[in-house]
Amino acid sequence: MADISANFLGIKSPNPFWLASAPPTDKKYNVLRAFEAGWGGVVWKTLGSQVKNVSSRYSAVNYNGSRVMGFNNIELISDRPLHINLKEIAECVKLFPDRAMIASLMADNTKESWHELIAQVEDTGAHGFELNFGCPHGMTERGMGAAVGQDPEIARMVVEWVMEKATIPVITKLTPNVHSVVPTGRAVVEADTDALSLINTIQSVTGVDLDTLVPNPYVAGKSVFGGYCGPAVKPIALKMLTTIAQDPVTNKVPISGIGGVSTWRDAVEFMLLGASNVQVCTAAMKHGFRIVEDMCEGLNNWMDEKGFATINDFIGKSVETITHWEDLDINYHHIAKINQDKCIHCGLCYIACEDTSHQSINLTYGKPYNMYLVKEEECVGCNLCQLVCPVDNCITMEVHRKGDEYLNWKEFQRLGMPLNDH
Amino acid sequence: MAILNNRLTPEEYAENFSDIHPPFDKKEAALVEANRCLFCYDAPCMKSCPTSIDVPKFIKQITTENIKGSAHTIFQSNIFGGGCSRVCPVEKLCEGSCVYNLMHEDPIPIAKLQRYATDKAIKEKWQLFERKPSTGKKVAIVGAGPAGLSCAHVLSREGIDVTVFEKESKGGGLMTYGIAAYKVTPEFCQDEVDFITSLGGIAIEYNKELGKDLSLAELRVQYDAVFLGIGVGLARQLQIPGEELEGVVDAIEFIYNLRSKTFNQIAVGDKVAVIGLGMTAIDAATQAKRLGASEVTIVYRRTQDEMPCTQVELDLAKLDGCNIKWLAAPKEVIGANGKVSALVCREMELGVPDASGRRSPVDTGKSFSLAVDMIIKAAGQMPFKELVDGSDLQNSNGKIVVKNNDTNIDGVFAGGDCVNGGKEVVDAVQAGKDGAAAILSYLKLNKVDAKTVNGVEHTIVAS
Ligand SMILES: Cc1cc2nc3c(=O)[nH]c(=O)nc-3n(C[C@H](O)[C@H](O)[C@H](O)COP(=O)(O)OP(=O)(O)OC[C@H]3O[C@@H](n4cnc5c(N)ncnc54)[C@H](O)[C@@H]3O)c2cc1C
Ligand SMILES: Cc1cc2nc3c(=O)[nH]c(=O)nc-3n(C[C@H](O)[C@H](O)[C@H](O)COP(=O)(O)O)c2cc1C
Ligand code: SF4
Ligand code: SF4
Ligand code: SF4
Repeated sequence: MADISANFLGIKSPNPFWLASAPPTDKKYNVLRAFEAGWGGVVWKTLGSQVKNVSSRYSAVNYNGSRVMGFNNIELISDRPLHINLKEIAECVKLFPDRAMIASLMADNTKESWHELIAQVEDTGAHGFELNFGCPHGMTERGMGAAVGQDPEIARMVVEWVMEKATIPVITKLTPNVHSVVPTGRAVVEADTDALSLINTIQSVTGVDLDTLVPNPYVAGKSVFGGYCGPAVKPIALKMLTTIAQDPVTNKVPISGIGGVSTWRDAVEFMLLGASNVQVCTAAMKHGFRIVEDMCEGLNNWMDEKGFATINDFIGKSVETITHWEDLDINYHHIAKINQDKCIHCGLCYIACEDTSHQSINLTYGKPYNMYLVKEEECVGCNLCQLVCPVDNCITMEVHRKGDEYLNWKEFQRLGMPLNDH
Repeated sequence: MAILNNRLTPEEYAENFSDIHPPFDKKEAALVEANRCLFCYDAPCMKSCPTSIDVPKFIKQITTENIKGSAHTIFQSNIFGGGCSRVCPVEKLCEGSCVYNLMHEDPIPIAKLQRYATDKAIKEKWQLFERKPSTGKKVAIVGAGPAGLSCAHVLSREGIDVTVFEKESKGGGLMTYGIAAYKVTPEFCQDEVDFITSLGGIAIEYNKELGKDLSLAELRVQYDAVFLGIGVGLARQLQIPGEELEGVVDAIEFIYNLRSKTFNQIAVGDKVAVIGLGMTAIDAATQAKRLGASEVTIVYRRTQDEMPCTQVELDLAKLDGCNIKWLAAPKEVIGANGKVSALVCREMELGVPDASGRRSPVDTGKSFSLAVDMIIKAAGQMPFKELVDGSDLQNSNGKIVVKNNDTNIDGVFAGGDCVNGGKEVVDAVQAGKDGAAAILSYLKLNKVDAKTVNGVEHTIVAS
């Protein structure tokens, strides 16, 4: 059996699955249920100035009959009184001392407010802080949340204030509502944050109600941009995570990966691209806390199969495989092959290649089943056909290298080789 | 003992004749199935539908909740799309070639989805088609069955004034008078005919019989063209002794009564023999059972390998508890007091393959007898030979001979069961469309059906 326990900045948890700062972590009742279900840790719903919420607050994107592919909220930070949150955090830490308890913070933009909030929260016995530089709505108008995360210099300043005071580890949570997360990441690492976490939610409009003509979520005939999360944002989160894991400044600190993690497989992908642990919000909101059982078992089984004894054995392993386009091997070439025994004659590969790719599949008419064959000399190896084929392993890509040796674009140009020969 | 009616309680009749293919009861259920459809290119399901409904398109339209568009897609190819969704033997048509079969998974329930869209259209009386301005041409159609009405709909859309002459008092043909009662209700058949004629430009004259109330010669004079969609009507006789005894009925008549009267008026025996193993035989047997017969035995001359009905239909009869006597040929009906008391059959064995490739049954000389009080004959139907001969229509044993839906008489067209000798509703609908196309080109008006897509021949014309 592999060891799936995690150690993030000295904060130990029996597994690398934390609940992200959000409704699942906003009170003792939820957090105790989460710990009972097996979650390794929680990031308590952001504490800070008193706020008021509206309804509705959520909307979702459904796709092809599958619900909540994307999730959107216009919720603010915790709307419960601070002293109650602090009391409950302390109680949870006592009841489950082996689990990670991180308090998410967002104070007014003054040194004093940050110092006062940190002092109050440290008294609870929480193991670490997470700075909320990401909340994209409501708080930004007051210069907080994403307004901080979007300006590296303000972010640097706030982290400096925090580091003067905090005696427990500090994680800075980044907003994705920027063209690159690296500048803010560098600024806060230079200001000595102990770790980074990303991503918070992405500004979005999930859709418009075709009856009322008002976008979602609906609040008395109006709507606002909300924060997008859930499975739909995972590819964006992974990209942003990778840029932080590759950067020589930001990769000095551990990263907590967030954004669309729903299964152990997603978690492993985040960890392979540099996250030391993961945080989950939408998947828990959709399915409840029990999803963590399969996350733990799935991770364990995968590690056993791959021969990884601890999670540190694979964290960051895939980062180096993401390179620059100009370093890719131009001599690598593959072409599609359709397995006629598996083919169900749906024609999806044909029409995809015909209408939108390279007209490289040949149709032989039959009644009722047509036959489809790849024209090898025409195929550019884009693998669109393989992606749209509904049968597993029916279309495979066969390697037909253009040359034995590695050749990249820079070298290709230097040699003055002819374009468009393959 | 004479055969009896009113054997069951009203609740039992209702239960026995309730829909055997119930519709989706929830939108979500329809969406889940619709979303499974792969949206195949040049889809095999579409090529296996005699009316070439664009199945992937209409299913895609269900997934986007464009039900009006979906219904339009269906009705554009098959104006009986509502009825067909209930009666088509889909296991040998569209669903039978769905690519999911090749993955050894359940095919998309195409008919059920088709019903989902068309039920809504018929219920809400959506006007999905508009007539073109009148061309001033008039066409007479004989027979308000699927072939006749489908022909009428296409012609009326093209601006032709159509008059349909029908010998019965209701439209729909065998849809109304022949198909098993647990597939379609009389109310549905009426709604379907109303939906089709709501387009306008189609007048139906009921209780007008060709050969009795009107003649082909008159119609040819009064109209620019004539389409015959008269079906096949008469049951084939067994020509064995005792056939005239009380209790021997023909399946068509038995089912006609069942469909046009209330269930408790229909007399059915206690022990019933059904002769034949086509779709009509299955329908007669299952419905006799559902009317309250305690024992129903289907008597068939050959074996399962040669049976004309599909496995699905055979299973239906078996599930209803009907017995099957394979390799048995009826030889004589025995009676007592003028009423049926037994059926004597000869045991058969299979001989050499005949012209149709089926091995013919050969008499072994051994006999057995079944004690029965009712015999239903379903040994095939005979075309209206006299009517056809009387009109000088070229025919083969009463089946009207056509070339591109054109008969030997100028301006007279025909299609459906009266030409093919009896197939399915969906074939008759296509024959009606083809007939309309032939009439339009005869009248030098536009042809409606594009038959090629991407240079590939698509429409499968019934023959
Ligand atoms: C018992 C039985 C069960 C069947 N079950 C199914 C099934 O489950 N699914 C399926 O797809 N198909 C089924 N069929 C076949 C299907 O009903 C026919 O193929 C289809 O109805 C043929 O359509 P049609 O328009 O050619 O003829 P018909 O439906 O027979 O219509 C002909 C019309 O012409 C009228 N007519 C006839 N002669 C004259 C005249 N001289 N003057 C005026 N009007 C006239 C008739 O009254 C009738 O209305 C079944 C057939 C039978 C007999
Ligand atoms: C309803 C809701 C409320 C949230 N509130 C907070 C918050 O108070 N503080 C915070 O840092 N992130 C907040 N988030 C963002 C999540 O912590 C997380 O970063 C984001 O949802 C992406 O993860 P996911 O795809 O697993 O949901 C909230 C998200 C949701 C859906
Ligand atoms: S890999 Fe691309 S070009 Fe080649 S057959 Fe498939 S879709 Fe066409
Ligand atoms: S009309 Fe009949 S055969 Fe054609 S698609 Fe519909 S159910 Fe299938
Ligand atoms: S064959 Fe099946 S999956 Fe393909 S379009 Fe037809 S119904 Fe859909």
